[in-house]
Amino acid sequence: MEFGPNDAQRLFERLVRKLLADHLPMDALHRLANAGSGFDDRFWSALTELGVAGVLVPERFGGAGLGVFEAALAAEALGYHAAPTPFAAAAVMAPLAILGAGSEAARAAWLPRVATGTARLGVAFETLAGSTANSAVERRGDRLSGCLESVVDLAGATHVLVVLDDGTLAVLPVDGPGVRAACRPSLDRTRPPGQVHLADAPAEILEPGSDPQRLACSVVDAGRTMLAADTLGAAQSMLDRAVAHAGQREQFGRLIGSFQAVKHMCADMVAMLEPCRSLVWYAAHAQDAIPEEARVAACHAKAHLAEVGREVSRMATEVHGGMGFTDELGLHYWFKRIGANRQLLGGPERCRQEAAAAQGWSTA
Amino acid sequence: MDLTYSDTHRALQAEIREFARTYGHLSPRSGGGRKRPDQKTLDWQRRLLERGYAARTIPREYGGYGGASDVLEAAIIADEFSRAGLSPGIMNQGISMLVPTLLEVGTEEQRRRWIAPTIRGEVIWCQGYSEPGAGSDLASAQTRAVVDDGHFVINGQKIWTSSAHYADMMFLLCRTDPDRPKHAGLSYLLVPMTTPGIDVRPLTTMTGRAEFNEVFFTDVRVPVDQIVMGRGDGWHVANITLKHERSMLGDPNRLMQRVHRIRDLMTRTRIDGVRVADMPELRDRLLRLQGEVMASRCHYLRLLTERARGEDPGVKQLIVKYFGTTLGHRLSALAVDVLGAAGLVYEPRGEAAEDDEATTWHIDYMYDIGLMIGGGTSQIQKNIIAERGLGLPREPKASARG
Repeated sequence: MEFGPNDAQRLFERLVRKLLADHLPMDALHRLANAGSGFDDRFWSALTELGVAGVLVPERFGGAGLGVFEAALAAEALGYHAAPTPFAAAAVMAPLAILGAGSEAARAAWLPRVATGTARLGVAFETLAGSTANSAVERRGDRLSGCLESVVDLAGATHVLVVLDDGTLAVLPVDGPGVRAACRPSLDRTRPPGQVHLADAPAEILEPGSDPQRLACSVVDAGRTMLAADTLGAAQSMLDRAVAHAGQREQFGRLIGSFQAVKHMCADMVAMLEPCRSLVWYAAHAQDAIPEEARVAACHAKAHLAEVGREVSRMATEVHGGMGFTDELGLHYWFKRIGANRQLLGGPERCRQEAAAAQGWSTA
Repeated sequence: MDLTYSDTHRALQAEIREFARTYGHLSPRSGGGRKRPDQKTLDWQRRLLERGYAARTIPREYGGYGGASDVLEAAIIADEFSRAGLSPGIMNQGISMLVPTLLEVGTEEQRRRWIAPTIRGEVIWCQGYSEPGAGSDLASAQTRAVVDDGHFVINGQKIWTSSAHYADMMFLLCRTDPDRPKHAGLSYLLVPMTTPGIDVRPLTTMTGRAEFNEVFFTDVRVPVDQIVMGRGDGWHVANITLKHERSMLGDPNRLMQRVHRIRDLMTRTRIDGVRVADMPELRDRLLRLQGEVMASRCHYLRLLTERARGEDPGVKQLIVKYFGTTLGHRLSALAVDVLGAAGLVYEPRGEAAEDDEATTWHIDYMYDIGLMIGGGTSQIQKNIIAERGLGLPREPKASARG
């Protein structure tokens, strides 16, 4: 029994963190965020080389063959550095969907390309993921028409994987016939939301697995777990910076961190946030190893991190005073990222409603 | 990360489920503040000790079960009891604070004498810490003990002493060396409450019950060997005790049990004919708390794992009391809201009998505020978290000595 990462998992986490620290000093983040594309070739290659893109791809397809738990460690690190890169869909939801649904031929066709980072799949849900977007798709044979909003990881994507309400999985190239895919200007400058219009667009319909609805849910659950982990990292980063600031900044002839009004905010932040780490670990582990708890744990992790993220992002900004409100300091990248994670794949109320339903606690 | 159950773990789980089926009806009700354990509770405790569901890791020679420290076993026991809605056994200051303190720094004689009757619930302890002039600033305690003819002679006053009116023993923090600096002049004594010169005056709290007391000491004599560690070590020992108190106060398994009890209450309660469990606002509150309790429980398992590895828990341990007591109060607040107007009938039945469900929740709802204050208020906890845990600068001191 061991609650927490083992030595190999900690090593993987350290390597990811090292790479991110090297690639994303504040000036680099400013540059990438100002471009706003949410994707950078050089950075993506470096991540891919480390095995981040293929973290969930089995070794026989050229991936790292790791689990959702390791993916969550990577997601936390990405959040910590507000990394402008695809991950939750491209490296987690899409490969999980293909692993669970497609024929062996589809797996052999897609997964090696996911692992090498050459196939990057954004993921779009019709309604299953609690989005407020007006997504609706009509399927005629292997052709899709309609509109999908709030597409995750469309930035830099080569393809989009559409999850229809009945659990059908369809893959389309972003530049294919009848496909109009574009990222929208975004609040979160590090990961723009995508929009895809389909007009009788030919798609590759993946062969359904034994229970397409269940698979679709587990894809959502894994995605939610990644967003929770991302918020955990982002909030930790904001807290670390707030504590550092409070320990350096003087007012009234004292370090502001010696004022209880300030230190108690820091204490509140860490008291809220630290248990979240264990919750995220548990939710991620449940996706790998405890199927009966996977849905409830993912919903709770997503919802709770959304609430804690909101509080921490506000308080950490406040601790910074006027500087916290500036563009220059860059703290806002994390604030906005946490805000985006809260809304994507279902807000906290929706996630809790699903947690209630999963436990048979609600008739709705 | 590895939460796999071994065959031994699965066997333990099955064994507890069988135990719950056979003996579950004998369990006393959980919650409702502190009381002297009644016969039902003592019998229940005896059953738990026999099977190692309580005091599992306390060595056999001290009356425990002598089990190896196994994080998952502890979690399984807590889970199964929580799921079955069974009382996890007696939890009081003797068991959760004095026993671990004696295990850590007591003499062999002290351990042999006190641990077994304490974990059986037969010897009840109270904590002689706070004074009228020393609450949050505990180290400024002024109750004196001077040595005379092989005895400490104690004079002074303690306050907020929970359970003193029915306790058998007190662990007392007092000043034995007034000329030494504040923190270095304290000692930690074990005092029988029947000693002449001790006057216990109950202090009725907002629950309407006398859970706390003022305790007056007039020339109270205890043999000099009734000290834990040495003269002047009192602050050190008191902090060991407080550390255990603070982790007890954040016990996530009790919180998880509350979630289940509220869930059950919500299915039985109707507001104008509608089941509360089907009302989205109240259900969302329960779900939100369930998520936080889940986080708290995972955090607890992480702490156990890291402690087993010998790592310093640092800030992760320091947040437990603050986080846990606040969460506890929000849970009892939800229960009170689910009970609604019908739950306002309040009939505490005192020490001798079991209270009804609504009264129990209302007592908890108030008592939980006491828990947020006692053992170092939430504000003191936040100072500790920020200063010791995050390394933020200390508050400038008004004076170096109290």
